[in-house]
Amino acid sequence: MHIAVASGKGGTGKTLLATNLAKYWSGMGNSATYIDADAEEPNGHLFLAPKIQSQKRFSVKVPTLKDGKCNGHKKCQEACAFNAILALKGEIVVFNELCHSCGACVIACPENAIGETDREIGTIAFGKAGAIEFISATLDVGEARVTPLIEGVVDLAQNMTGNILVDAPPGTSCSAMAATENADLLLLVTEPTPFGLHDLRLAVGMGRVLGKKLAAVINRSDLGDDKAKLYLEAERIPLVAEIPFDRRIATAYANSKLAVDEIGWFQESIAALADRLVVLTGEES
Amino acid sequence: MKELVVLSGKGGTGKTSVVASFAKLAEQSLVLGDCDVDAANLALLLPGEDQRKEPFFAGQKARIQIGRCTQCGECVETCRYGAIQEEGSGMRVDPFFCEGCRACSLVCPEDAITFVENRCGTIYERITSEGPLVHAELGIAQDNSGKLVTRVRQKTRFLAEEHQADLILLDGPPGIGCPVHASVGGASLVVLVTEPTPSGIHDLIRILDLCQHFNLKSLVVVNKLDINKSLSDKVLQVAKQKDAIPIGGIPFHPDVPRALARGELPIAIPEIRRAVVPIWKQIGKFLF
Repeated sequence: MHIAVASGKGGTGKTLLATNLAKYWSGMGNSATYIDADAEEPNGHLFLAPKIQSQKRFSVKVPTLKDGKCNGHKKCQEACAFNAILALKGEIVVFNELCHSCGACVIACPENAIGETDREIGTIAFGKAGAIEFISATLDVGEARVTPLIEGVVDLAQNMTGNILVDAPPGTSCSAMAATENADLLLLVTEPTPFGLHDLRLAVGMGRVLGKKLAAVINRSDLGDDKAKLYLEAERIPLVAEIPFDRRIATAYANSKLAVDEIGWFQESIAALADRLVVLTGEES
Repeated sequence: MKELVVLSGKGGTGKTSVVASFAKLAEQSLVLGDCDVDAANLALLLPGEDQRKEPFFAGQKARIQIGRCTQCGECVETCRYGAIQEEGSGMRVDPFFCEGCRACSLVCPEDAITFVENRCGTIYERITSEGPLVHAELGIAQDNSGKLVTRVRQKTRFLAEEHQADLILLDGPPGIGCPVHASVGGASLVVLVTEPTPSGIHDLIRILDLCQHFNLKSLVVVNKLDINKSLSDKVLQVAKQKDAIPIGGIPFHPDVPRALARGELPIAIPEIRRAVVPIWKQIGKFLF
């Protein structure tokens, strides 16, 4: 099964859930691949402590002028929907942070004077954390657009078998969509506060737009109100775990440890959650 | 007129609660802006009537006219986002994947592709007891967060002029990507709210690198300060290494989320207020 752990709000506990679930699966003898798709701020490696075996740089295409071929038509500038290319006399200036790598300028040039070159925006790392296959994407600091990198790392899961767990970035815009679009089920992590509920609604909206099965976890479930729970019931979204605040979880987290290794009741919650996911996705792993 | 942006790197460190607390304590006249357009929460803490509501448009979405389409498939091959698929006797563009690049229209032999302006969000203006608040919602699956953030900031500047405000206080988004870039350009000062955890520190380093990249003066506040002393010390070290100035910390208190659930600000809790007041005073010194 392919699960993406998402939320509207940041800081609800996506990485906590994703890393502990991956560890639990692998401990049960199931093959598990953990993909850290929160490429702006990836944190999974802090808890899974993978041995990195290889890394590759990830690039996007940007336009480049073939020497001597520009005849000053400026069709490239006209065609660009993002104001990313400026046509000067015999030269082009490309604003990399605006370029969407769409190729319109290449098509538009009547002289076939525009080619494409690779521009690096981040790194994808591959490794193993015990029995867990670990893949992580990291955006270079200073880069504006993260979505192509997230698409790139999540696409790697297409050819994989076994359980896949994608740790998504917060939010519901294009970066979160890219991280979750290939999943069988979205596991939405929320907290029982007005912020948590407000952003959970957005996350549910995203899940519905993507046509995904949904399940939810309420983290720090005893610190707030019951509105999230009522909302989930009304929306018929299965609540697969409620995790009360436990200082020991916070301590494990602060010490880069996996709570599932340290705390008995938490391991049981994760086990129950894992079982429910099997039922909800209609699969054995 | 100054602009202060509150960022964090990591999500969930307490930016919004801290911004609302600062707004409550500020003696200066303020305009507030919520730049976390993906998951805007500041309006939940600063009640008031939304006086204005405006749709936000950015970019376009492709539409393929069924009457003209011959299903030649050129558009499908050209689209790099997988947004076009055969449907019935024509082609369907999925608006959630279409990026409005118009490359498809360049290759369509039948001139069957038109474009519609993309409504990608809504911007609101509200009067709160702390000052005018500009907040916005980006639509689900939308790109263009940077543009919407820029529009929010334009409106805060306009309102600040109108109201002769001393300070624009901005609640920033998490991460380091384009909405963050759009939040910081031209800011007078950045305050980073972090937490003493490995994730908080890892992400703080990246946002500090970004602030250095943009040449922005940065102050650091450690939220949930007492959950791990050695990591709180690490935060201070990291801040100094990156030329940022630590200006204090706010203790962890389990009543904070409960207060938020009741619609109260964290500074309603005396221990929290005692920590935030001197932090705000320090910020004032850097700003004015």
